[in-house]
Amino acid sequence: MIRNPKDLQRYDAQERANHWLVGICFILLALSGLAFFHPAFYPLTQLFGGGVWARILHPIIGALMMIAFVVMFFRFRALNQMTAADKEWLSRVGEMIDGNDHNMPEQGKYNGGQKAMFWAMALCMLLLFVSGITLWRAYFSFPVDLVRLGAVVHAAIAAIMIAMIFVHVYAALWVRGTVRAMVYGTVTRAWAKQHHRAWYRQVTGKS
Amino acid sequence: MALQSLDIARRSATTTPAPGVRQTTEVAKLIDVSTCIGCKACQVACMEWNDVRDDVGSCTGIYDNPVDLTAKSWTVMRYAEVEEKGRLEWLIRKDGCMHCADPGCLKACPAPGAIIQYANGIVDFHQENCIGCGYCITGCPFNVPRISKEDSKAYKCTLCSDRVAVGQAPACAKACPTGAIQFGSKEQMKDYAAKRVVDLKMRGYDKVGLYDPQGVGGTHVMYVLHHADRPELYKGLAADPGISPLVSLWKGIAKPVATVAMAAVALGSLFHYVMKGPNEVSKELEDEMEKEDAK
Repeated sequence: MIRNPKDLQRYDAQERANHWLVGICFILLALSGLAFFHPAFYPLTQLFGGGVWARILHPIIGALMMIAFVVMFFRFRALNQMTAADKEWLSRVGEMIDGNDHNMPEQGKYNGGQKAMFWAMALCMLLLFVSGITLWRAYFSFPVDLVRLGAVVHAAIAAIMIAMIFVHVYAALWVRGTVRAMVYGTVTRAWAKQHHRAWYRQVTGKS
Repeated sequence: MALQSLDIARRSATTTPAPGVRQTTEVAKLIDVSTCIGCKACQVACMEWNDVRDDVGSCTGIYDNPVDLTAKSWTVMRYAEVEEKGRLEWLIRKDGCMHCADPGCLKACPAPGAIIQYANGIVDFHQENCIGCGYCITGCPFNVPRISKEDSKAYKCTLCSDRVAVGQAPACAKACPTGAIQFGSKEQMKDYAAKRVVDLKMRGYDKVGLYDPQGVGGTHVMYVLHHADRPELYKGLAADPGISPLVSLWKGIAKPVATVAMAAVALGSLFHYVMKGPNEVSKELEDEMEKEDAK
């Protein structure tokens, strides 16, 4: 894609690096975690050097993701406060999914769906972190009933999280011209005006 | 250690049947608590046969030594001082793996073949396949498996699967000087226990009974308890052990449900793209920007 100097900056380099650090950690965690979840996925441990290495690395990568996510959370928290327009957008998300976004309410930098995803992910991350600690036998020891609960919570939330990330990635691929925002930071003005008109007005000063 | 010479009935993290055309007799160890004198010959025999030596511990004021099962102590004697009908009773229980018919450890284990159950009922850990996650501890209703601090592998009583494979009784049973540890087919052991129950009833233990908990499908290590109505008297032996519902959920229905749900979301996304097409920036807006630039 040709870069146009008039393109709009959506993410700066630090935001992108932060996002991809979380993203890479998540992919590695999903692959190793699925391996422990269902025998069908056990061969994925080979990507990490075998079952023992997958077991050793998974929680360490998890801790790293948590740190990176906390930084990202505070970076984007203010931008993800739900407004009335977001709720309106969410109530009409069916039209959006149907491929007809012309009548959707005007959105700021993030739409209601993105904001809902942000808060859902933050909650999932917290639950994964806390439940994950109970399972980390190399460094922690908790009563067995708590570990059992932790195992169920960790597995259930991880499955929900993986499904949410599929939606997150798909939405970025589906809405053309979006991925570049997280790869090199800019989006076209037309993209911004179509999908995030209020943000477009704000950054360009145009109507 | 796992031996291929014994027939495998179940294998951890394996969804297809294990080789099982040959049937072998179910075996069991019967521990008659009423005839145990607490000499710890079984502990010594276990260490000796399996060639593991635990670190020398320290006295904590009770006879239990070591005080708990470890990666190197696969069986320990647990001594309980209980007052019954105004008389002191010294209840001594040899603790260790119960070799459940429905093993929680095997159900929880994520590593294929790290835990196996032989057709004769012995549940064995295959350390070569163990990844050290400790899920077996999470799954066990009896708190038996231990992860070694040296090699991060899980260990427990093997019921001397190597000895049993060649027709020998486990080392502990061989060493017991009072015959409190018996070994044979599960049927034989139940018959033997029935005789012990009759004898002990005559001696006034009206609540005597066999401990073969059905919550885990029965066990291949059974106890004759003088107070079978209160197993917890014996240093907290579980009264009604079973695989925790949380473990059953986690390693049961959650696996297919979550896998199908994740696949459905991924496939749903793909089909959405195929059926609805991409969400492109409208030509109108593209043209508008171009016009703006031309000004």
